Amino acid sequence: MKTDIILSGVGGQGILSIAAVIGEAAVHRNLYMKQAEVHGMSQRGGDVQSNLRISDKPIHSDLIAKGKADLILSLEPMEALRYLPYLSKEGWIVTNSTPFNNIPDYPESSDLQKALDAVPNKVILDIDSIAKELGSIRVSNIVMLGAATPFIGMDYEEIEKGIRRIFSRKGEDIVNMNLKALAAGKAVADSHMKH
Amino acid sequence: MDKLLLLGDEAIAQAALDAGLSGVYAYPGTPSTEITEYIQNTQKDKTENIHCRWSTNEKTAMEAALGMSFAGKRALVCMKCVGVNVCADPFINSAITGIVGGLVFVAADDPSMHSSQDEQDSRFYGNFAMVPILEPSSQQEAYDMVYNGFELSERCGVPVMLRIVTRLAHSRAGVVRRERKPQNELHYSKDPKQFMLLPAVARLKYKKLLESQKDYLEYAEESAYNHYTDGPDKSKGVVASGIAFNYLMENYPEGCPFPVLKIGQYPLPETKLRKMVTECKELVVVEEGYPFIEDQLKGLLGIGLTVHGKKDGWLPRAGELNPDIVGKAFGFELPETPALPEVVKNRPPSLCVGCGHRDMYDALNAAVHEKGEDSKVFGDIGCYTLGYLPPYKAIHSCVDMGASITMAKGASDAGLKYAVAVIGDSTFTHSGMTSLLDAVNENAPITVIISDNETTAMTGGQDSAGTGKIEAICLGLGVDPEHLKVLVPLKKNHDEMVETIRLEMNYRGLSVIIPRRECIQTASRKNKNK
Ligand SMILES: Cc1ncc(C[n+]2csc(CCOP(=O)(O)OP(=O)(O)O)c2C)c(N)n1
Repeated sequence: MKTDIILSGVGGQGILSIAAVIGEAAVHRNLYMKQAEVHGMSQRGGDVQSNLRISDKPIHSDLIAKGKADLILSLEPMEALRYLPYLSKEGWIVTNSTPFNNIPDYPESSDLQKALDAVPNKVILDIDSIAKELGSIRVSNIVMLGAATPFIGMDYEEIEKGIRRIFSRKGEDIVNMNLKALAAGKAVADSHMKH
Repeated sequence: MDKLLLLGDEAIAQAALDAGLSGVYAYPGTPSTEITEYIQNTQKDKTENIHCRWSTNEKTAMEAALGMSFAGKRALVCMKCVGVNVCADPFINSAITGIVGGLVFVAADDPSMHSSQDEQDSRFYGNFAMVPILEPSSQQEAYDMVYNGFELSERCGVPVMLRIVTRLAHSRAGVVRRERKPQNELHYSKDPKQFMLLPAVARLKYKKLLESQKDYLEYAEESAYNHYTDGPDKSKGVVASGIAFNYLMENYPEGCPFPVLKIGQYPLPETKLRKMVTECKELVVVEEGYPFIEDQLKGLLGIGLTVHGKKDGWLPRAGELNPDIVGKAFGFELPETPALPEVVKNRPPSLCVGCGHRDMYDALNAAVHEKGEDSKVFGDIGCYTLGYLPPYKAIHSCVDMGASITMAKGASDAGLKYAVAVIGDSTFTHSGMTSLLDAVNENAPITVIISDNETTAMTGGQDSAGTGKIEAICLGLGVDPEHLKVLVPLKKNHDEMVETIRLEMNYRGLSVIIPRRECIQTASRKNKNK
């Protein structure tokens, strides 16, 4: 197997916590993994991305080539579109629908919607409201991850295990809350894919 | 041994710890910061007595590391590309004194300038100092090179440079650890003159360094990091160094048809290169940074066959490489991919909402705009450099750490009426104190604003060397207490701040204004940890 994922968002949104769970799951399965992150200047409210590559064979480049990403997983809709040139023909965009508007020329929501409509394979969801319904806004990122689980190339149970291992230090309640968030995200993706 | 998932920076830190490190010396700088932070996180209980506190700048870091090496112990120095300029003096001279305890010098370059003022290539410094250079292509190699690097340094008798780039520093991969070695015992050089660079001694030491070059070459020839893989198609021979090698191989998943010489240790292995020159029709150099290998291969008059690289436009001269750029150079078609949608706009970094620098700039702009063209604001390096961007558009320069004060002074010397410098607290102690002394000694009519957020914010909130001491430092340097003003940058104090800045700008001597409020990121982190 080989999955190339681009995680994107705005500095401070926490794309790296999503990457950490996938990474934990991948390493536990003895897969090869490379994950290039952005630290430094752009973490101050700029656009940030992480290239996450998982494979059962050794991986050369830390960066994903154009047209090769299987998945763009984004915490912000405009940031999902920024990496469109990297998405493969069969690739999926899974993105949060809520804009993070910290620039003066942020696009109109109708224009943004039009651009997203043009992408064939996509799951768009409002992670904050799903997380709120579950009772904790802090698990939004895991809702996001849940919606991406069908496209990561690992079994859902392995991602669940990754969550258990990463959050186990914080107690059983936190683990369960995150597992619920993961399931809620996955349910959205499943219903999208049926259509 | 166990396998860890580590950033390149963390792999370097773990390797140094495992190799018997006694101290890391560093000043923060992207992309090198996480090396020292990783070591700090392992040393919270202080049982191992490994030095890991931040240094005031790169020069003090390098000198302290050399001192630790003088005492026989193993030391690590880390910095970003431009930091090498700051410590060039001790670094170059440390090759002439040589070392006692192993010394590994990590230079983290930033091609594409993700977070830097330039994309200088530190391999030139290693070459200039005439020391061995290691250049890893993976996190595991970074680990192995550092783990063995201390030994190599002790064997060569000089510091060894490890040159990394952003994509290696900030990329995570599995790394297998090796057994932990004990620290060196305290011991000194048998040669009492070793560190005495008086001309008469230095001449001898320099001769020795020159003689050692053939040994360093021999080690590079034997090094497993300089690996020759033969290929059936001799129309090209490829020389690929560091992570550029990965971009090459990404394009040839089934193996490269051309012979490939992977470079990971310098000086360049001449024998292996000669084999390639003899057997191949032309050479291609793929390297991250400046055309360092390419220049050496071409020389002035060439080696009798074509060498493609960054100088003939085969690869772009500026910016970092990636699989697409390298693939295109080797004649691969890029797949057709959707263009970037027009709705996607640039999202530059910006000052955090609630940041004290914002209130400082609001007040400064109000005072400066009254003076029109008679006033210029010299900026410096840190979060407050973002004051260049809208809505503030407040500064006219950003060059190197400390330059704000000295450039303001120079412009004032030239006749600029109202010269203002804006500098952060960490940058002030890094390189602004000496600048301020120049201004004090001539009572230059400039206004220095030390925007003190009590941390080194831009690089992630490391301790700042001057916290709690800024006024004392200024007074100690001779700033007139009448013209040393401390303010609290908050909206409600706006008018008071404007008035103070206006008054001090009008004063025809040196004044220092210190707007002080803790960085909101640092403050909220402290709150969380409570
Ligand atoms: C010689 C050199 N070393 C390190 C850096 C990396 N660097 C850029 S900004 C910065 C922090 C500056 O801190 P401070 O002046 O306190 O400003 P703040 O970011 O806290 O506002 C550092 C360490 C650099 N650009 N140049």
